[in-house]
Amino acid sequence: MLSEQLVDLSRLQFAATAMYHFLFVPLTLGMVWILVIMESAWVMTGKVIYKDMTRFWGKLFGINFALGVTTGITMEFQFGTNWAYYSHYVGDIFGAPLAIEGLMAFFLESTLIGLFFFGWDRLSRQQHLLVTVLMAVASNLSALWILIANGWMQNPIGSEFSYETMRMEMTDFATVLLNPVAQSKFVHTVSAGYCTGAIFVLAISSWYLLRGRDVEFAKRSFRIAAAFGFASACSVIVLGDESGYAVGEAQQTKLAAMEAMWETEPAPASFNLVAVPNEAEMKNDYAIHIPWVMGLIGTRSVDEQIPGLNDILKRNRERVVTGIEAVKLLETLRKNPQDEVTRAAFDAVKGDLGFGLLLRKYVTSMDEVTPELIDKAARDTIPRVTPLFWGFRIMVALGFAMLLLFGMALYASVKGDFMQRRWLLRAALLMLPAPWIACEMGWFVAEYGRQPWTIYGVLPTHMSVSTLTVESLYGSLTGFVVFYTILLCVEMYLMVKFSRQGPGSLGTGRYMNEAHHA
Amino acid sequence: MIFDYPTLKVIWWLLIGVLLVGFAIMDGHDMGVGTLLPFVGKTDEERRVVINTVGPHWDGNQVWFITAGGAIFAAWPMVYATAFSGFYWAMLAVLYALFLRPVGFDYRSKIHNATWRSTWDWGLFIGGSVPPLIFGVAFGNLLQGVPFHFDENMMSYYTGSFWGLLNPFALLVGVVSSAMITFHGAVYLSHRTEGDIQRRSIRAALIFGSLLIVAFSAAGVWIANGNFGYAITSAIDPAAQPNPLLKTVAAQPGAWLANYAAMPATKLVPALAYVGALLALALVAMRRTLLAFVASSLAIVGVIGTAGVSMFPFVMPSSSVPGSSLTVWDSVSSQGTLTIMFWVALIFVPIIIAYTSWCYKVMAGKVTTAYIRENEHSAY
Repeated sequence: MLSEQLVDLSRLQFAATAMYHFLFVPLTLGMVWILVIMESAWVMTGKVIYKDMTRFWGKLFGINFALGVTTGITMEFQFGTNWAYYSHYVGDIFGAPLAIEGLMAFFLESTLIGLFFFGWDRLSRQQHLLVTVLMAVASNLSALWILIANGWMQNPIGSEFSYETMRMEMTDFATVLLNPVAQSKFVHTVSAGYCTGAIFVLAISSWYLLRGRDVEFAKRSFRIAAAFGFASACSVIVLGDESGYAVGEAQQTKLAAMEAMWETEPAPASFNLVAVPNEAEMKNDYAIHIPWVMGLIGTRSVDEQIPGLNDILKRNRERVVTGIEAVKLLETLRKNPQDEVTRAAFDAVKGDLGFGLLLRKYVTSMDEVTPELIDKAARDTIPRVTPLFWGFRIMVALGFAMLLLFGMALYASVKGDFMQRRWLLRAALLMLPAPWIACEMGWFVAEYGRQPWTIYGVLPTHMSVSTLTVESLYGSLTGFVVFYTILLCVEMYLMVKFSRQGPGSLGTGRYMNEAHHA
Repeated sequence: MIFDYPTLKVIWWLLIGVLLVGFAIMDGHDMGVGTLLPFVGKTDEERRVVINTVGPHWDGNQVWFITAGGAIFAAWPMVYATAFSGFYWAMLAVLYALFLRPVGFDYRSKIHNATWRSTWDWGLFIGGSVPPLIFGVAFGNLLQGVPFHFDENMMSYYTGSFWGLLNPFALLVGVVSSAMITFHGAVYLSHRTEGDIQRRSIRAALIFGSLLIVAFSAAGVWIANGNFGYAITSAIDPAAQPNPLLKTVAAQPGAWLANYAAMPATKLVPALAYVGALLALALVAMRRTLLAFVASSLAIVGVIGTAGVSMFPFVMPSSSVPGSSLTVWDSVSSQGTLTIMFWVALIFVPIIIAYTSWCYKVMAGKVTTAYIRENEHSAY
């Protein structure tokens, strides 16, 4: 059996490297469109200030992009290095969108970014704008393919287990592509990225305005960020992930957990604004309800029920029992693949195979299973509620705070008096960390809420890891922490340095703090 | 057009080969440039020239590596799982080394400080030199077989150590790989630079090209006379559902030469390595640098192709439990996935080559110190 320590360390390493990667991704996703807007203004008006804006914000974009690339390489290879059984078990489905992402999107984005930075004097204005637009489209396509892969982990459709190859195999590619969970996650994730880019430009522009420097440059940047940000924040909330939570059991479990809904309520369910969940007794010690709201946002209806965790637990216990049967039949079938009777019996229960595999955490043979272990395995399918409940609420609160900020910034931009509203400029600066915290919380809820599975209902996290030693994991995790910490310090240093220096760093002679020639 | 399963399995062996060769040619030349950076560039300005020959391109080129990884995941999931977890520390060393490239390129010239810049120069050196060396060492181990096996659930166990990878033959293959990539980078540099840097690059090309020929020959002689090779000893059904445990395999010295005896036309592949390398050496000496680059690319096709043809149908033979060996027939994805991915690759690889070529065309010409001075604030 795999040691729990190995599994925990593998998870920790994946979580750390993925969350670190996502410090850089959302800024790329959002800023690239802001660059498109600025450069379009340059091409249409011919005002050189828009070209300078594209180049200066592009410089900061580049500093961020470098670490996005660096940390992205880890993600592509970590499935193989640390999640070998996962890779074998679902590579037939999961590998495809990753490979397509490379071929269709990441190649285009990475090739064109070179021309974005170095092609200014070698391309016509229109050609250069085309490069920037294609770069933006490609970066968003990248996100689409990655979220198709991730969406399948949450809602594994279009696939089937094969006893001959001992893995999941794709049965319908179109279903995998059009997975509703993947689609809603994509829209939500890229909109969150747009908000991140907008807050970044808005906050730094506000800082220039507070200091009264490079005012014309900062004002125009502020307006673009306010308008783009307001649209994005509306999109991130209206097209919020919540719509995707009605789909599939993983999402239902997650929804119930992040809303601390222990019991199934008559529709439409009430919403727990604040709650103190009691994990041991599976109830809330205290909660403030708002009637109807949960049912409305969760199901978009007044008559559909949302299952509570206690009912989900009951349902899952039955599936564990069937799952044990499936594991036993599979073992027989593997020894005697020609046995038609066993195959028919296995086919009848193989939908619950994953639930049987949950017991591999506790026993090597299904003959050792006791009713207590079945209870335990079923209880494992309910993720811890408290961190999900609060993680989700932090994300939502920050989302609304950003919407409010963008709304006020847009209003002030239209009125043209934001220079006088110093409190608004200060608020924008203060909100700089908000989108990052919200993004990280969002991913935390999505992935922690999927536990104990890597592929919901199909493959337990416990079985997914590589058979490495605990020492190897300590070593590699230390390596990642050391490298990533140093790189983050360097990145932050450069970000701050160039933000402080401002557009003067372009050396055009038109701004404050002109770069000195060494 | 629908292919049958055995044909698709062979097509995917070729496609993975194409992606690995693409990686070696494209990312290889900028890794070679990184390796040579501290040596062919003496002053800061010269080093900026060297870096800017690949400045607009290294990022796109690196995607060959990422896509090859993704394609192995999608088409050969068992190889992806077994090789990357088995070669754990080797893979991590590659990753850690690669970390230094994006930041090295982008951050180096953003600060006017000699220590800062020379630190990143050595970072680019590590990022350029370590991955080809390790990939060579990994191939050296694949050629000898690697200690791993599967349990009844197809969970893989690697039973060797990291230090075991560093055996003399594997290190020799590491030298082949390093020499090949550095040679290729030197040829590229001699095409994109002038004056002193070009002179030094040509000298480096002559040295590493010769080393490539010597090391490649030595590895060949070693394989011909050493204890190498595996053969499938049971009947194999290429159309079967992939399950590596259903066959028997035996270590069989000389088996890596069997394909050349059975299909003499395959001898053209190692011949291409020699012809390409010798031609590239001659052309770079004559300063026909663009043609030399084409020739050194052909040499790369020959060298990587030789490893592939020698081992076919094996991809990753197991030395400890030969029956667990992974082959082209039994470590692949389902027919449906291979079919979809075939079409995706067929459509997108030519498109990638087209816009990459356009990008090189836009940025064509010598990179000079004058260019660096004019673009003080925007060049790398």
